[in-house]
Amino acid sequence: MSRARNAIVSALVLLVGRRRRRPKPEETRLVPALPPNPVAELVVLALLGLSSLAALGFVLIYAFGDSLPNETQLLGAALGLAFLFFAAALIVVGLKLVPEEELAEEYPPHEHPGEQQVIAELVDESGTRFTRSRLFKLGLLGAGGTLGLAILTPAVSFGPLFHVGSFLRTPWRRGRRLVDENGRPYKAADIEKNDFYLAFPEGTNDEEKDQMAASLVVIRLDPDQLHLPSHLEGYDADGILAYSRICTHAGCAITLYRAPLFQPDEPRPALVCPCHYSTFDPAAGGTVTFGPAGRDLPLLPLYVDSSGYLRAKGNFDGPVGPSWWGVRMWKAQP
Amino acid sequence: MTRRAVRWLDQRSASAPLLRKTLRYLFPDHWSFLLGEVALYAFIVLVATGIYLTFFFVDSTKEVVFHGTYYPPLYGQKVSEAYASVVHLSLATRAGLLLRQTHHWAANVFIAAIVLHLFRIFFTGAYRKPRELTYWLGVTMLMLSLLEAYLGYSLVDDLMSGMGLVIGYSVGLSIPFVGENLMNWLFDGMFPGSPKLWPRMYIAHVLIFPILIGLLLGAHLLLVALRHHTQFRRTKAQTERTIVGVPAFPGQAPRSLGLMVGTAGFLFLLGGLVQINPIWLWGPYHTYSSTNGAQPDWYLGWLIGALRLVPSWDFTVGSYTVVPNPFWGGAAFPLVVFGFLYFWPWLERRFTGDHAFLNLLERPRDAPVRTAIGVGIVSWVFLVFMAGSADRVNVTFGIGYVSQIWVYRVIVWVLPVVFAFVTWWICKELQASEVVVLDRREAEAEARLARLRRGEEPPGDPGALES
Amino acid sequence: MRAVLILAALVGAGLLAAGPARADSGPPKDPLAAFGYHLYGQYCLGCHGGNAAGRYKEPGSATGFGPGREQQQQGGIGPSLRGVGALAADFYLRTGYMPLRRIGLQPRRERVFLTNHEIDALVAYVASFGGPPIPTPRPGLGSISQGQALFAEHCAGCHQVMAQGGYVTGALPPDLMQATPRQVAEAVRIGPFVMPKFSKSSISDRQLDSIVRYVEYTKNPSRPGGWGLGYIGPVPEGLVTGFLAIPALLVLCLLLGRRFKREPGA
Repeated sequence: MSRARNAIVSALVLLVGRRRRRPKPEETRLVPALPPNPVAELVVLALLGLSSLAALGFVLIYAFGDSLPNETQLLGAALGLAFLFFAAALIVVGLKLVPEEELAEEYPPHEHPGEQQVIAELVDESGTRFTRSRLFKLGLLGAGGTLGLAILTPAVSFGPLFHVGSFLRTPWRRGRRLVDENGRPYKAADIEKNDFYLAFPEGTNDEEKDQMAASLVVIRLDPDQLHLPSHLEGYDADGILAYSRICTHAGCAITLYRAPLFQPDEPRPALVCPCHYSTFDPAAGGTVTFGPAGRDLPLLPLYVDSSGYLRAKGNFDGPVGPSWWGVRMWKAQP
Repeated sequence: MTRRAVRWLDQRSASAPLLRKTLRYLFPDHWSFLLGEVALYAFIVLVATGIYLTFFFVDSTKEVVFHGTYYPPLYGQKVSEAYASVVHLSLATRAGLLLRQTHHWAANVFIAAIVLHLFRIFFTGAYRKPRELTYWLGVTMLMLSLLEAYLGYSLVDDLMSGMGLVIGYSVGLSIPFVGENLMNWLFDGMFPGSPKLWPRMYIAHVLIFPILIGLLLGAHLLLVALRHHTQFRRTKAQTERTIVGVPAFPGQAPRSLGLMVGTAGFLFLLGGLVQINPIWLWGPYHTYSSTNGAQPDWYLGWLIGALRLVPSWDFTVGSYTVVPNPFWGGAAFPLVVFGFLYFWPWLERRFTGDHAFLNLLERPRDAPVRTAIGVGIVSWVFLVFMAGSADRVNVTFGIGYVSQIWVYRVIVWVLPVVFAFVTWWICKELQASEVVVLDRREAEAEARLARLRRGEEPPGDPGALES
Repeated sequence: MRAVLILAALVGAGLLAAGPARADSGPPKDPLAAFGYHLYGQYCLGCHGGNAAGRYKEPGSATGFGPGREQQQQGGIGPSLRGVGALAADFYLRTGYMPLRRIGLQPRRERVFLTNHEIDALVAYVASFGGPPIPTPRPGLGSISQGQALFAEHCAGCHQVMAQGGYVTGALPPDLMQATPRQVAEAVRIGPFVMPKFSKSSISDRQLDSIVRYVEYTKNPSRPGGWGLGYIGPVPEGLVTGFLAIPALLVLCLLLGRRFKREPGA
């Protein structure tokens, strides 16, 4: 009990007593002397105390807060408040307790002509033994440049250069069946109107499914609704169409199929990319009707085999994925 | 006690002269000069929280089955190791989510503070000679920070980040003539690239870019210190030759430290209380999946806006695709904006012929043409930025997306010009009104002086001879 | 406002009901369906035609002006309801999608002004023409992680991966926050407006249970990181940055740095 009283008394002496200390006799000071501000001082101490409490709280929540439902919120509040109390203390120090000075001084000189002169002379005079200084500079430049080139050369092995093959290759070839994400082959009868299906080539593993040319969006339209352009004639199998699932604009997956329930007063069927809303008309061979895509959606020709399975009739009518310089120069290759 | 410590340090480092100079380095005082500091402190928070995150992140896209019972909606799904490690870090590592969210909020605030700092620099003419080098370093840091932040959220390999990555890939691919080679080289093949891609992105995000930004930051601050800070002409004492300011110690130090600790505190508060990029909700990415409403973080919103505004068109010659579509919005647009920022100090000097050393800042109204051009460019970028969220505007407010896009396609070219002219006019008016006030004050003072001479007014009036 | 619109729609429907295509086979025997028949004549006949056979072409009869004009020009056309089944009627009526405010609009969730009994009657009447029954999803049997994966594959493109709704050119896929399990199951099978209609070969009933379970989860997801910001990603996060974080830090800067206004005589 008396111990506690002693502690309180000494704390009070520490807090209040220091203030009573006599200032030293006024000498030539660098920083102007200002009267003490006991209120601000107390506020700072209180804020620092709160800060340490909050920081301690953070440690405790970390240690024991396992079962709490809002652990992250409590941790964040504790740590954030610890910092903010500390910041508040510093700000009070800065605004109330530190002498406010505004000093003036000269900006640095615009330039140092003397030093400039010395540096230039140093460089020039050091080179007087060289009689062919221009050739020397050229040699230095050449060696430095080629050395730099040599150091950078290994970075070429990052990846294949001058190799467009991979951009044209697709896993599709004639006869390959279309399967769903579990590897079950699609029958033509499975594909219903107004529904859309994700399809892959048969026999691909998970990694190959992520190749851009692997995935398809398969839909069925009324054959009399179709008006495919002449070069895509026969790409559908009884109205079933298989488009590349990758948008020709920026490579996002086309996972939006606008399938009107009642044609007369609802928007026409469309395949839409959710990234920049490029909209493709599946009935017209994947032509762009809105949005930024600059190329039609590649279409995979299909046929139905004798057991009713959907198979690729060949390859896409053009390379899959976003455009690059040669995207219109070559056909997709198996 | 203090003296002994200083002596010990000086004897071992011979740094007393430098230290003394540093302590009395002068900071001209204005609140807008602190914006750059906020960016610096956000960067410190980014590095600190980022280091912590590296201890938990796995930079591999190898497919694993997610076995964390702590999040049932993903249980048993095939995800990449990178994604699984971030979900684990977020949901099953104590304080992990706090540090990750703080890191992400700090990135958002970091770039916002840089942009505000840039506005201050631009509209007060702080970039002028002799500080062009400082300015160029700053603009370069902004560019690097955008790439760094993009890499950061791409690394997570969740559904949204995957969509962002493929868009970035497509923009790279669309660079005329070299795009295909460049992307083939960087990604080691066509998207989604080889397993080597993730270690590459990771090392770029946690080592190469931070070190580059850190080095440029050091050079930036060194140049500021060597040339000293610019100042407003607030008092007669502040001239092109004389700087007036608060010394680093004791005046500025507690305030700057307070700002640093306060920025950190606020970011931790956000990190704990406001959810950011809840990647466990988005699920894993596959090239064949996507979600509606996917957006980049705010600082890349201007690019998604530009990508969406460009009409359907690839520039082709014969069968050669010279400029694929994403180039315009994703590459040409930011190149023009950054090109403007880089060339502006040179351009301005070209047209004004002002080659003097300048330490005094101008208020925006003092340079109407610069302010007008600045407002034009900012509003241009801002309108494109707004176009990027037109779909969410349609969802929330019901204004048709297609009509919005068509309106934006027009107004992004018209409104900036209008805004620039209006700004120019306002600046001129403000200048004129100041002249009027000055004239009036002068006339009033003269009149008072005259009355004083004639003895009509008692001489005790304190304000009589001032102003 | 809404009430006025509904009234207008009703008056329009009533006017049209007085028009052609009235010949029908009379009320069904079942008393509930018979009540539905009368309600049908009152609310639905104008667009969906007698015997629920649909109305596909209507001579233009543009009269008057104002919002009702377009409707009259289009002359009230609507699809046949024969064979759509109880599930379609139940979905459209209980969500308030029908009656439509105006032909050509996307049906949206509205206040339902029919009583439960009236809806039951209308459903019974539409069901009397055949078609699938109302599904009974059992989300308890579904797997939430399978649901997440299926939702991401089939639904997220339009409805957003957290079912918060989105945009597709020409339509606004709604958020699913108010959709009951039964309505989700019905919508998957009927494909309202421009939504695809998922067959059982594409989404089995068991898979549908999983999807419904996931949609239920999205209504109240775990948010260990605090305020959820609507679960739509960076747009609200940017708003928090711009309207919360940056202003707070600006206040700090203003507190610490000198402002012009503080200057005496400046």
